[in-house]
Amino acid sequence: MSDIAQLTSSQLSSMYEVMCKSQALELRILKGMRSGEFATIIWPARGQEAVAGALSLALRPDDRLITTYRGLHDHVAKGVPLVEIAGEVLGTSVGACKGKGGTMHIAAPEQGLMMSTGIVGSGLPVGVGLALAARFQKSDRVTAVTFGDGATNTGSFHEAVNLAATWKLPVVFVCQNNLYAEMTPVEETMAIPHVADRAKGVGMPGITVDGNDPVSTYLAIRGAVDRARAGEGPTLVEAVTFRFEGHYAGDQMKYIPAEQLEEAKKHDPMITFRETLLSHPEITEEHLAAIEARAAQEVDEAVEAAKAAPQPDAAEIERDVYAERLVAGNV
Amino acid sequence: MSKKATIREAINSALDEALRTSAQVFLLGEDLADPAAGVNAVTRGLALEHGHDRVLNTPISEAAIVGAAVGASLEGMLPVAEIMIMDFIGIAMDQIVNHAAKLRYMSAGRTTSPITVRAVVLEGSGAGGTHSQSLEGWFMHIPGLKVVYPSTPADAKGLLLSSIFDPDPVLFMEASRLYGKRGPMPTEDGFRIPIGKADVKRQGRDITIVTYGPATWEALEAAEALSAEGIEAEVVDLRTLLPLDLETVLASVAKTRRAVVAHHAVTFGGPGAEVASQITEALFNELVEPVVRVGAKFSPIPARASEAAVTLGTGDIVAAVKKVAGAVRV
Repeated sequence: MSDIAQLTSSQLSSMYEVMCKSQALELRILKGMRSGEFATIIWPARGQEAVAGALSLALRPDDRLITTYRGLHDHVAKGVPLVEIAGEVLGTSVGACKGKGGTMHIAAPEQGLMMSTGIVGSGLPVGVGLALAARFQKSDRVTAVTFGDGATNTGSFHEAVNLAATWKLPVVFVCQNNLYAEMTPVEETMAIPHVADRAKGVGMPGITVDGNDPVSTYLAIRGAVDRARAGEGPTLVEAVTFRFEGHYAGDQMKYIPAEQLEEAKKHDPMITFRETLLSHPEITEEHLAAIEARAAQEVDEAVEAAKAAPQPDAAEIERDVYAERLVAGNV
Repeated sequence: MSKKATIREAINSALDEALRTSAQVFLLGEDLADPAAGVNAVTRGLALEHGHDRVLNTPISEAAIVGAAVGASLEGMLPVAEIMIMDFIGIAMDQIVNHAAKLRYMSAGRTTSPITVRAVVLEGSGAGGTHSQSLEGWFMHIPGLKVVYPSTPADAKGLLLSSIFDPDPVLFMEASRLYGKRGPMPTEDGFRIPIGKADVKRQGRDITIVTYGPATWEALEAAEALSAEGIEAEVVDLRTLLPLDLETVLASVAKTRRAVVAHHAVTFGGPGAEVASQITEALFNELVEPVVRVGAKFSPIPARASEAAVTLGTGDIVAAVKKVAGAVRV
């Protein structure tokens, strides 16, 4: 763990609260799926909560974030209301997108969460466009795009980082390297040791940090955000972390060696960060327990509200294909 | 006010008006800024007039070109992305199909992507299989997109402006072989041709030729040749493929009771199949003969002069019309 003295106790608590809500939300959904309470599909980020904590503190409310189908923690980080996330996961009308987007496609522009993509690598070019718009609109807002290690093997990644570096755009690329691209280990898909090494090839800084440590991840992302805001261009931050639930909920993870999983559990950010927080003179066990209880309660209320809400009605299902309803037969 | 202009000038004039009248509009694509101003010189002078910060040369990165357009549009910008040659659009397909077309729906209207993608069909250059395709049929299959393909300078100007300011993503197609085509073009700001409205380019009583884009000109040429033989063909230029103006098409076919659909896209699985099917479903009892489609043969397009062996020509339309209207009273 890096030096927590660089942050205030309220900053540390706020990151922990985001992490707790993220973990509680995913565990609650997984419990509901496993017990038969409801059916849905999620791509869990359990284990990657430290990156969400870091993003929540590093970005301003008006900064933009683009995430992926493995993004529930990122939605929490950007302040998307829990009921809107849960509603989208369950496909009900209280969802951020009235239940029409689903887990993979949550958008909440009021919170700056501009897009979640179901297509690996596709968020990066769109993030470059958000940053380009900020330049046109003379705004100092910054765009962060988060994605996995697998995305860095797509053409979209390479096209986007090159364009962002060439145009010196205010964007921060945050790779949540969880060591597996879906079900294939990263060393089978890359000939270089670090995703961050890819930055050099396009002329921007690349940083590798311990993605299980919210403090050092925050400091790296914050430095990149400040750099972007100052007009100095993009940065690639690689946060090395782990994914405990597999590619999708229900994945048996036969491809993950038992010893690797055991080792990874020792670095579970929810456990290690909690221990670190308790070493802070102003942070008590009671304080953390209260954060955890509040997170669990808020998540529970959100999931209950999402469950109780109706599915989008027939009129809603037909809406928003185009700006105006086109005359039947004309499409 | 109106003047004679080429389609190249009409598109340039539309882009100029859009850049001049809206700070939300910008252009991005390969080689399109001055002094190069693109392989077809369509964007000549626009970077000099409106600035290289609004007419952006990009790397050869189609996914990033369209993806950046999508991102900027989510923030309220009105980007016009150019795909230099339509065959390159495969690289950007994910951004068009999975993102631009679906973001409004998947976000329940909270985000929208009103981009315009200009795609140039190079058929006629003899450049061969990867530089000659008419791929509009791919995009007609995607809910959320609009697809426009004009044939005249006035239509090109009015439809491009409508596309840029349309709240939905539009694929705007240009045939490079038509860039030099001259015709009247309104010069005043604000001239628009609505998306989704076909135009009857020639009146006729005996058969309807439904067409669009460059095939409109071959259809008109075919109609003149057929007229000499006593067959009067009505030529309906769709102008917009999605949404399709069925009202105009069906009104014409209800009158003529015969129809041929002609386009430069491959016939099999092409736009003509949808049009023929719609006509048949609506007017089965009125039709004297089955609707016939005519387009490119089911083959990659060969290079140089052999191109004509595969692509649509006026003779193909004449032959198709005679097949359908052979029994027309003379």
